[in-house]
Amino acid sequence: MLHFQDLISYFENSGLADDIRENDVLFPLIESVHVLSICLVVGSILAVDLRLLGLASIHRSVSRVTRGILPLTWCAFVVAVASGSLMFISNATKYLDNGFFIAKIFLIGAAGLNMAIFHGMGAKDLPRWENDTRPPLPARLAGGLSILLWVAVVACGRWIGFTMKVG
Amino acid sequence: MIDATLGDFCRWLAATPLSNTIQTAGWIIPALQTVHILGVATLFSSAIIVDLRIWRVLQRDVPLADVARRFIPVIWPVLLILLITGSLLIIGEPRRSLFNSTFYLKMALLALAVTLTGALQWSLSSAPEFWDKGLGRRIAGRLVATFSILVWCGILFAGRWIAYTQVG
Repeated sequence: MLHFQDLISYFENSGLADDIRENDVLFPLIESVHVLSICLVVGSILAVDLRLLGLASIHRSVSRVTRGILPLTWCAFVVAVASGSLMFISNATKYLDNGFFIAKIFLIGAAGLNMAIFHGMGAKDLPRWENDTRPPLPARLAGGLSILLWVAVVACGRWIGFTMKVG
Repeated sequence: MIDATLGDFCRWLAATPLSNTIQTAGWIIPALQTVHILGVATLFSSAIIVDLRIWRVLQRDVPLADVARRFIPVIWPVLLILLITGSLLIIGEPRRSLFNSTFYLKMALLALAVTLTGALQWSLSSAPEFWDKGLGRRIAGRLVATFSILVWCGILFAGRWIAYTQVG
């Protein structure tokens, strides 16, 4: 059976991970793509969250706002995960030793769970309130929690850079 | 000559009490960078959402002028937050940016992005259909949107690259 540790060292010892570690330009380049995509994820989700809080785009229904913005969020999220994974495999052991990295992964999971719960529970009666300028309390809670979680994700991401010396 | 003057300025700035506080409290720089990135996220996403609407990729069911009205105005107060956090970061580590050509590239691109965004906002507030009148305007709109996307991406790349191009 393949253990998690074996999998980690397999990736960390791969030629690709070697290249990212050794090349002076590759890591900053991947990091820039990561920052760029994270910015799009966080910024676009913020627009949706502010709608759920009744603070922005209040004259458009919630589903029209999400339909217009979430495709961008998901595309950027895919790029963020791909670029993040490349950075991760270049120094997997060091990242796994870093508390801020672990916290960041859990916070992203929590943000996903928050969204899934909102969709699972809230979406059923969405048509009833989605035109309200001030959505019901559970929706506002989901929006507020989402903002807090993503702010924490960005903070952890920045703190990884200060607590872990790469390369 | 300029280098000497700039060097003196950096030394003076680095010796101020504010700079000392930023340097010695380890959490201040990452905290400022976090706020800075969150600001960049807001501004960049707003600009990209408008640019993608010009390309008719997102929010085709909404007039461009509406999308611009919802997303462009937020850029200006957020830009102020970015100027404040950015200035504090420079005060904390003057040489990191002021002796770094990547920083000046970022500022030049920012001036370009501000001009483009301002022009876009102005054109749409004076004529909501401005970029829809005829084929020429529609192509021009897409060129402006593409240029805007490239310039904003350049700003983000340059921002990250400041950390890798410091001299001394």
